[in-house]
Amino acid sequence: MAKIRSHIMVCGGTGCVASRSEELIDALKSELVSVGYDQEIKVVKTGCFGFCGQGPIIKVHPDNVFYVKVMPEDAKEIVNEHIVKGRTIERLLFEDPEAKVKQDKHSQMNFYKKQYRIALRNCGTINPEDINEYIAFRGYEALGNVLTEMTPEDVILKVKQAGLRGRGGGGFPTGLKWELTYKEKNDEKYIICNADEGDPGAFMDRSILEGDPHSVIEAMAIGGYAIGANKGIIYIRAEYPLAIKRLEIAIGQARETGLIGDDIFGTGFDFDLDIRLGAGAFVCGEETALIHSVEGSRGEPTKKPPYPSVSGYKEKPTCVCNVETYANICPIILNGPEWFSSIGTEKSKGTKVFALAGKVNNVGLVEVPMGTTLREIIYDIGGGIFDDKEFKAVQTGGPSGGVITVADLDTPIDYESLKGIGSMMGSGGMIVMDEDDDMVKISKFYLEFTQEESCGKCTPCRVGTRRLFEMLEKITDGEATIDDLDNMEQLCYMIKDTALCGLGQTAPNPILSTLKYFNSEYMDYVTGKKKTKYSIDEDKCIGCTACVRKCPVDCISGEVKKPHVIDEEACIACGACYDVCKFDAVLKP
Amino acid sequence: MPIKSLDELKKIRDEHMKKVELRETGQVEGDITEILVGMATCGIAAGARETLSAILDEIEAKGLKNVRVVQVGCMGYCHSEPTVQVNKPGQEPVLYGKIMGENIKELFDKHIQGNELLDDHILIKTFEKA
Repeated sequence: MAKIRSHIMVCGGTGCVASRSEELIDALKSELVSVGYDQEIKVVKTGCFGFCGQGPIIKVHPDNVFYVKVMPEDAKEIVNEHIVKGRTIERLLFEDPEAKVKQDKHSQMNFYKKQYRIALRNCGTINPEDINEYIAFRGYEALGNVLTEMTPEDVILKVKQAGLRGRGGGGFPTGLKWELTYKEKNDEKYIICNADEGDPGAFMDRSILEGDPHSVIEAMAIGGYAIGANKGIIYIRAEYPLAIKRLEIAIGQARETGLIGDDIFGTGFDFDLDIRLGAGAFVCGEETALIHSVEGSRGEPTKKPPYPSVSGYKEKPTCVCNVETYANICPIILNGPEWFSSIGTEKSKGTKVFALAGKVNNVGLVEVPMGTTLREIIYDIGGGIFDDKEFKAVQTGGPSGGVITVADLDTPIDYESLKGIGSMMGSGGMIVMDEDDDMVKISKFYLEFTQEESCGKCTPCRVGTRRLFEMLEKITDGEATIDDLDNMEQLCYMIKDTALCGLGQTAPNPILSTLKYFNSEYMDYVTGKKKTKYSIDEDKCIGCTACVRKCPVDCISGEVKKPHVIDEEACIACGACYDVCKFDAVLKP
Repeated sequence: MPIKSLDELKKIRDEHMKKVELRETGQVEGDITEILVGMATCGIAAGARETLSAILDEIEAKGLKNVRVVQVGCMGYCHSEPTVQVNKPGQEPVLYGKIMGENIKELFDKHIQGNELLDDHILIKTFEKA
């Protein structure tokens, strides 16, 4: 067979299929046969390019030429002109809406160049401690445009049209939030940045503040102008010393250059910022609790309404948004809401930053368009499961979210779809688990966290999460019955229905979702099938005594050169014997 | 010096654009090499601070005048920290992972002073970082 010398990649994402990309694939294939090139040119159906607004999309390798809005009728021309004669077809190229220039390489397109990195656009490219580098990458231009050319209504309209939703997890439309605060009549208003990133394993807000602090400062000034606030507060946890330091430097530089302070750009608009340090309580990510903490009171939530947009900080209208949400604002102003809303899914626009962690090869920070599937994130970007083990589940949404199993790996990620499969977007922590992970212990870990972080104000959360944790302990100790499982499930729903704030309402989610998808693991514990302690295979043990010397609690006994035994009562299941045994004689629980 | 208008902002941008052009397009006047070190919490925890100071020592020891070191934020490749990116004029930027200890000297001898890449440490080599 001849060597394949070129690939025609055709988008097979839902959007492009709907605009006839499957017909296009067939047409291309038959055209290739008719010119006799079918042995050397391969037509490949790929996943979504994320540029669905211009679909169907095709890309020709290795020339890297990118065609948009390709119809089945175009197949003949593509094969005859591009493949046979090597000429690029002008009319099918993407035209930059701003520059009106045809672009043949997708890397030239702003859309692709920037699509993955909107919030993280400058992270890793600029020196965060030098305001001039930020300015060189169009920094503070958005603020300048807003102050000199736009009314607050214009700004709010743009953010609304872009379809930006809160990146802290809830997904409330940001433009609407700004509008609600704008409409409140009051001469004193506040804009707050929620940098109290609390999910275990999540670090995107920290990375943005460490890598590009000005993007948040500039966006807060824009937000302040839009809602009518002259004062901004960044609430950040004291555990982020580097982010705090860089923010302080950035605020100082912005003040020196007059980009925040009095009479910005000579327009008469005043805006200044303060940093408030939080002690790192999970509940302070909830906006009412956060506001109380900023005021110097205990970080406890209060019931809504009244919403902060009516009565927030110092009982004045207040708008609270997350770090990543702010990081999206300037690109929306500069590139227009149409550009932003062309990325993502129908209801979730733009990109989302995920902190990819756990048993995955490439742990890191990834920013993908909404609608990317979990499989793409874990396998294409994350490089698959560590040590070639079997994928078991991925946990999103932290202690408020749930697990997603292999059956749902192809779900395109957005706010609604994740909710639909029993998890949530959350702030973007994504923890990958492999076959060795015990799902019951994972929910126990999350409950241990939430019961500790419960502020104690309402009974369902204060007592309920504690009881849930105790039930899980009982289960993992092998002392629970099937009735306990039923009771636990019932308690979960009770807490969900009655807790005051989001912390309590979502705390049972890890249990509910593992109960649903990994019920058998709970049953193994309850029915006593689950071994919880290590043991030794008598046939394989040669009595080398390596494990005896390693065991920290001295629960292994036996004569030299004879099979040993583990005292299961005393075993703490640390696994040290398993790691040291050279004869595979130690059996895992 | 306070900036009081958009024009003043643009002036500052144009001045500094020249400094960062190397990162975007590889176009730059003169012969200057830029070394970007990922100095976010994840990088520092993995030893980026030591890497950074070793790079500075190396530049001093070799008396290199045309190398500029920039501290940047997280580049996203947390699994391979410390990460170091080398931007040379007219070439695509090369992002290296796990640059520490002995590798630093190698990086200077091979890539910065020679033009040979450290194949084992390359994470990506492109202008389109995403």
